Amino acid sequence: MALRRTKPLPAVALAGALGLTLSLAACGGGESGNEPTAGGGASASAGGGDDKCAAYAKYGDLKGKTVSLFTSIVTPEDKPQIDSYKPFEECTGATIKYEGDKSFETQVLVRARAGNPPDIAIVPQPGLLQQLVSTGKVVEAPADVAANVDKFWGEDWKGYGTVGGTFYAAPLGANFKSLVWYSPSEFEEKGYEIPKTLDELTALSDKIAADGGKKPWCAGIASGEATGWPITDWMEDMMLRLSGPEEYDKWVKHEIPFNSPGPVAALDQVGAILKNDKYVNGGLGPVKSIASTTFQDGGLPILEGTCSLHRQASFYAANWPEGTTVAEDGDVFAFYLPGKDEATKPALGGGEFIAAFNNRPEVVAFQDYLSTDTWANNKAKATPLGGWISANKGLDAANLVSPIDKLAVSILQDPQAVFRFDGSDQMPAAVGSNSFWKQATAWITGQDTKTSLDKIEASWPK
Amino acid sequence: MTATTPAALPVTTTPPIAVTVNAAAGNAKNRLTSRWASMAAVVLAVLWTIPTFGLAVSSLRPAADTRRSGWWTTFTDPEFTLKNYRDVFSDNGLGAFFVNSFVITIPSVVIPLCLASLAAYAFAWVEFKGRNLLFVVVFALQIVPIQVTLLPLLKLFVSANLAGTFWTIWLSHSVFALPLAIFLIHNFMREIPKELIEAARMDGAGHVQIFFRVLLPLLTPALAAFGIFQFLWVWNDLLVALTFAGGGDAVAPLTVFIANLAGTRGTALHLLSAGAFISIIVPVVVFLALQRYFVRGLLAGGLKG
Repeated sequence: MALRRTKPLPAVALAGALGLTLSLAACGGGESGNEPTAGGGASASAGGGDDKCAAYAKYGDLKGKTVSLFTSIVTPEDKPQIDSYKPFEECTGATIKYEGDKSFETQVLVRARAGNPPDIAIVPQPGLLQQLVSTGKVVEAPADVAANVDKFWGEDWKGYGTVGGTFYAAPLGANFKSLVWYSPSEFEEKGYEIPKTLDELTALSDKIAADGGKKPWCAGIASGEATGWPITDWMEDMMLRLSGPEEYDKWVKHEIPFNSPGPVAALDQVGAILKNDKYVNGGLGPVKSIASTTFQDGGLPILEGTCSLHRQASFYAANWPEGTTVAEDGDVFAFYLPGKDEATKPALGGGEFIAAFNNRPEVVAFQDYLSTDTWANNKAKATPLGGWISANKGLDAANLVSPIDKLAVSILQDPQAVFRFDGSDQMPAAVGSNSFWKQATAWITGQDTKTSLDKIEASWPK
Repeated sequence: MTATTPAALPVTTTPPIAVTVNAAAGNAKNRLTSRWASMAAVVLAVLWTIPTFGLAVSSLRPAADTRRSGWWTTFTDPEFTLKNYRDVFSDNGLGAFFVNSFVITIPSVVIPLCLASLAAYAFAWVEFKGRNLLFVVVFALQIVPIQVTLLPLLKLFVSANLAGTFWTIWLSHSVFALPLAIFLIHNFMREIPKELIEAARMDGAGHVQIFFRVLLPLLTPALAAFGIFQFLWVWNDLLVALTFAGGGDAVAPLTVFIANLAGTRGTALHLLSAGAFISIIVPVVVFLALQRYFVRGLLAGGLKG
């Protein structure tokens, strides 16, 4: 209490001034950080005849221009992403301001609605793209980008970047979900063959169950508020295999009811594996343990030899503990989840799309760069640890390091393969990221197929 | 303490005649210092500390262990490493975000403190028409949940060209803090005897002099209490920073960094505990250094509504 009368005031002023100085210093730092890049870019392009920059000549000199990019891709996947922009930055002089946030999906909508969107957003779901387009802030993709997509992707992918007949977003990366992880050494030792049809897969499961007295499959679906999503992938895979891509599309668009015979058969087929006491949950417990095991842990029993098969996307490669060799002759690898017969090759996957909120020349140039084969190959080279693929047909598989990525790309680029995007990502949020997850979780813990699908059908927004 | 004891009177079964305040105080003292009460306090304290302790243990465990088993298994199978801390600092550039957190927090504490103490003075000691109504309106703003204000506020900031700077975060934290700050400081000011102010006025002091020379020195505990309160709130805030710091890493605080630490697909959960522990240090230091003001100031302001 016995403070001198004026003491608080200077302290307050000082603290305020301190805050201000710090912020000014921060601003100054940011700007001066840009200079060298811009300078370097100018000298590189001034050099002319430089092979490295030939592909970027059409973008002109973008020295001093900044493109802001907002994405859900954070550590550790952000580093290769940022590195893959460097050739563009060096050759054109533009700066890419990268901002990654795990809550991207809500924040990007908030920012679009508030009129503060980034120049470019990497949108991981077609459903979110539709929401963004409905804010009226997304600009149509330039003609060059559309041409690139026609050339390097195809109708199926282009369709996912199109909203209401207008093409907005070019695909970027992809992930491949129709994979079953296994232990190559175990398969060799016991003489198991990689199955080529669904029936062979069932036969293999029976054989493993009969052989070692262990349960062949392991799974985990816990994932915080998204608990249940791995089952939606399972069901989509089975839907594609049992009913075919056309009916799959109708199901996703709700042109057939969620509880019609096709989806019922698909979920029952999943149940034949995941709700089969003889098949699951290898190394983890009874069927119900699937619900309490995190999806990250779901496949780990393969390493301990207490489980043989685990269906999960290509990105699961990042999930094995350090020191695990992911290769055809390593500790773990994956095979393609076979189709109904050898002739059909449905491929379930996901991917990101590039939505632009601005058509300044530098934004258009960067958008164009991202849709080229040049970028796809740069990205592959910038990802020394693997774990990234794209369905871009210009991507040279030789640039990919990890065997699992090569496998995934070979299937995606296979002319026989029919690609379909993850269905739950396209459904309305009330289903795709709510009731579908919740009912899938209830289903695995005991609810029957009909009740579960009836409830999802009832939750579909009218 | 003395203010609370009369309330305890009806509960006591001692003869109703002439129960002195002292006896009641002694009674209360006996009850509070009983062996059972102490034990209950210790048990509560231990229970309360377990999660933090678990966090500390987790942050020191190797990544593979964290993935496989709970932190309590370390008691039977101890294995510790500092790798998580090294990773958080070196690979992920925590330092810059740490500085950002300070740059955000200090003005976000100072701005509402300055404005609120001036406003509280006006509400407490300046006579003007509609004063009480205005005071009620200001405090009623406390009821507005901040979630409903996020989008409109961001729109305002965007149209004022402030988006992507620290100003958005400073201003929004200040705005959200003001109603409670004004209320607390106003109540504290009202407790200061009127005679003191009148005496100063007789000596020829104006509002400015009264505020700076008479009231401000007396207000220190209240200001400190609210300062800590606001500091903890701003330091730990994620929502406001996430919504308003739409300018990339340059303006994002530590909480945003930590939220992203686990990685795109949650493959680096082991880093989370180390990051969280680093973030805890600052509020703990601030709280320990100023905790006596915290309790004193809050009690002083809050009891007299």
